[in-house]
Amino acid sequence: MRAAGPTNLPVLKPFRLTATTCDLSPASFTARRGALLIIALVLAVCVGEAQAGPGASSIFATLLRWTPLLAQGFALNIAMSFLAMAIGTVLGLALGLGLISLAWPLRASSWLVTQFFRNAPWLVLLFYCILLMPFEVHIGGIVVPLPGWVKSTVGLALPVMANVAELVRGAVRSIPSGQWEAAEALAFTRLQTLRLVILPQCVKRMTPPWMNLYALVVVGTPLASIVGVNEAMTLTGDILSSEGRTELLVPMYLYLLMWFFIYCYPIARATAALERRFQVR
Amino acid sequence: MEPLWDWFRELHASTGIKLTIFYDAFDRARFVNGFLTSVRLMALCIVASVVIGVVGAWWQGSRLRFLRAAIAAYIEVFRNTPPLVQLYFFYFALGSYLRVTNDVGLAVPLVSNFSWAAIGLSLYAGAFNVEIFRAGIEAVPRETVEAAEALGYSRLRAYIHVILPLAFRISLPALNNNLVNLVKTTTIAYAIAVPEMLYVANQIWSDELNVPEMMNVLLVIYVALVGVVVYLMGRWERAMRIPGYTP
Repeated sequence: MRAAGPTNLPVLKPFRLTATTCDLSPASFTARRGALLIIALVLAVCVGEAQAGPGASSIFATLLRWTPLLAQGFALNIAMSFLAMAIGTVLGLALGLGLISLAWPLRASSWLVTQFFRNAPWLVLLFYCILLMPFEVHIGGIVVPLPGWVKSTVGLALPVMANVAELVRGAVRSIPSGQWEAAEALAFTRLQTLRLVILPQCVKRMTPPWMNLYALVVVGTPLASIVGVNEAMTLTGDILSSEGRTELLVPMYLYLLMWFFIYCYPIARATAALERRFQVR
Repeated sequence: MEPLWDWFRELHASTGIKLTIFYDAFDRARFVNGFLTSVRLMALCIVASVVIGVVGAWWQGSRLRFLRAAIAAYIEVFRNTPPLVQLYFFYFALGSYLRVTNDVGLAVPLVSNFSWAAIGLSLYAGAFNVEIFRAGIEAVPRETVEAAEALGYSRLRAYIHVILPLAFRISLPALNNNLVNLVKTTTIAYAIAVPEMLYVANQIWSDELNVPEMMNVLLVIYVALVGVVVYLMGRWERAMRIPGYTP
């Protein structure tokens, strides 16, 4: 007989998830990642060179020539992702505290907002912001213009907000109830308990999924190209139409994919490393 | 249904809320088509991505180093690059090579934009699913696998009959999340002109100039669709539960 554990089934032992059960937790594996992309790019450049007519400049040179422009577009992608993440995190923390509030009207309305923005597609939210926000706002006597990229950033911040709120709720719930009871025994008020005991512990648990979310926001920024923001994806399309060479299509798109990969991959690795280190035992 | 359509016509006349998709037969027909295209795309991608996940997770445990490395590279590339750019890559870049000349002498694409959307989105979601199933497989106790081996199961048989049924149950909550994400991501098929719901809604609001109404209709329908997926997955999860095993 086995000793009494959480289950008394003799064969099936209870499983232990090694990583957190977060849906997007990256794994730790040891193969040459991303090699595929680089090999594909090199191959595509070679094939393109072979296809290019005499007299046309080489694919490699063309990619190199457009790199500064592409970098400008990519910088906008990064700026948008930073801003969306900052706005979304601040709003999400407030919303997350609403989710764990003791006042039920606040809790219910926060829940509704969270579910709504978590379940609405990002692209639809982007359209929502682009089409329904004014192109300028009047604050006092000052006219503040709202260019497309600002509206897109707001559109991206909304789902971030809902996801952060959900992270906060999950993290608070994962803190053992003993912590609450101990704080109560020490005569902490609820606000003090949250501020001094619970939330500091939540930061650690929230960091890896929060970084995952950031990576998702970065790969979500090209969506803004659909609504007409001049970011890397739009510029790639412009470059391709100005060059007008079909043999450039595959190398150019692979090149853009590589930019995103080079930016996002280290984040994914860092997230995995943090997850291993912070593993809640 | 006529009284209902008339009610929406009345609504427009009295309040200015212009929901042409209810009382205009043409708009209704194209919106329903868009809705069905969306649902078809979602269903196809869900099935294909789960298959990719199951097969990929099996190959990840393969003895062939090459296969393992290929799967790892596939996962990392598809997870760390924007799905929209992947879709453009498939449709515009690869699609430019996959063309056949038809009877009239025109070059027509071999793979339609709907198919490219289905392929691209399945590969994108599949990369996450491989990871999810791998985590599930790792959580299956080592002893269970050894017991299967001791009973003379081959590696494939053990995977199909012992490991996968357990791993699948462990993976379901994470799979649930990813499939919800997939359902939401199908909207990017808009970018390659697949006539799905967002695309059709865009046509309608360009023709009828009823942007706010259509936007709200879209949001409500997508939230409802996600709700349906969450509900079905929840029921499935409960139906597959082994009492005392999965928490």
